[in-house]
Amino acid sequence: MIDPVIEVKNVVKFYGDNAVLDGVSFRVFRGETKIIIGASGSGKSTLLKLIMALEKPDEGKIFVQGRDVTSLRERDLPEIRQRMGMVFQESALFDSLTVRENVAYRLYELGADAADIEERVLETLGFVGLADAIDKYPAELSGGMKRRVALARALISEPEIMLYDEPTAGLDPVTSRRINELIIALRDLKNVTGVFVTHRMRDAFTLATQYAINGSGNVRFRREGEDLCIANTRFVMLRDGKIIFEGPDEILRRSEDAYIKRFLA
Amino acid sequence: MPFTPRTAVKEVQDITLLAVRAFFSAFRRPYYMRDILAQMDLVGVGSLLVVLLTGFFTGAVLTFQSANSLSRFGATGLTGRLVAISLVRELGPVLTALMIAGRVGSGIASELGSMLVTEQVNAMRALGTDPVKKLVVPRILATTTMLPVLTIAADAMGVLGGLVVARYLLQLSPASYLNNAWDGLVYMDLFGGLLKPLVFGATVAIVGCHCGLRTHGGTQGVGRSTTQAVVTASILIIVFNLFLTKIILQYT
Repeated sequence: MIDPVIEVKNVVKFYGDNAVLDGVSFRVFRGETKIIIGASGSGKSTLLKLIMALEKPDEGKIFVQGRDVTSLRERDLPEIRQRMGMVFQESALFDSLTVRENVAYRLYELGADAADIEERVLETLGFVGLADAIDKYPAELSGGMKRRVALARALISEPEIMLYDEPTAGLDPVTSRRINELIIALRDLKNVTGVFVTHRMRDAFTLATQYAINGSGNVRFRREGEDLCIANTRFVMLRDGKIIFEGPDEILRRSEDAYIKRFLA
Repeated sequence: MPFTPRTAVKEVQDITLLAVRAFFSAFRRPYYMRDILAQMDLVGVGSLLVVLLTGFFTGAVLTFQSANSLSRFGATGLTGRLVAISLVRELGPVLTALMIAGRVGSGIASELGSMLVTEQVNAMRALGTDPVKKLVVPRILATTTMLPVLTIAADAMGVLGGLVVARYLLQLSPASYLNNAWDGLVYMDLFGGLLKPLVFGATVAIVGCHCGLRTHGGTQGVGRSTTQAVVTASILIIVFNLFLTKIILQYT
């Protein structure tokens, strides 16, 4: 049995007296993208913060690449976090730094040399299609551009694990499609393990039904057939802090649960 | 948060914990020299004008009052001495620290508070950086090293302000004023005059960082943190000053 990259075990998290997560357990394997769906306030974003160890759960354990992030001290966490990337809901770009400095942040912190950093920044910004915006400040960018810069900032050190907190929320269909394709390409071409939090079912199903292949010189996206499970994506559905569904999209769509049916409609 | 003995003790505990964490992370890599220098520029050069003006007018007004009081005893000649002692021992360090609490402490709290509510601090942690090292340590180091320098500048401007008043408004001899001022000071004043700003500088920065990083409740919370940082730092400065004076006088 292959060890999971991320293992969440019986996690309970309280905010005040309210249990946002109440005994949540799941595993994410290498190269897989786990889509966490659920209504607003169902604890989806909290789950990501717990995996990144930005907050500690009140009960339960979380293992990332076999190491228990819930019991590590803050000073020992950077080492693990450097192998992970996170795209925040509101982008959370450093507003006192330019796009170049934002994207280069991680490499700069690791002490890479300037020429190498510049090359990687241009390459990564090219990947998200924002090479022109390199000298702008976050305040000069639109919401979609910010989201893509945030994606570039997380991707620059080629993390093995990516956490996406509603990366497409509030964006127009063209931009969200672009971001979804970037995430699919990372999953299928770079074998990145991902956790994708969203409440937009359209984006979730795009991720679950499309796959990327390396065409002649460019990346192509294909849609999988009716009964195929090519896209390496599984769903986890949260309701009131509990998991009410876990599995692939084909089964989710056929679910007879009234709440899930209403959510998908 | 209501002010009760319990919250006050918790507050002191949190501030101490932050200070201890900052102290130990200051000795571990990476060192963020660039951030330290940028903060020093912001705190030191940025506050220079405010501090110089404060020093000058404080020295001037102090000379007026001292000469006025001393004239009743026929001791106007001692004006320089009294002004120098009051400035170097008390007013210079305390007023400079209060100005810095208003200018730098508030700046630190609002900047870190805004970074916290916009998730920039979390983003920083997610990118593998320890915010205590990257944000807190440079601010503490910069404020702690710059405040003594600013205090010296304020003291010097105070004596100059006193000199202007003594010469042009009180018709005292500038030479005797300066000589008298110089005679009033002992070497221990150098130590005392610099120990105070060292402690005050660390206080302003730690309180500012603590209030900023504890911010909750969005934009309104940032405002609250800023006010709290200035108020707490100012009170602590005034209280610490009493204890420091007691300690310093004991060894003089």
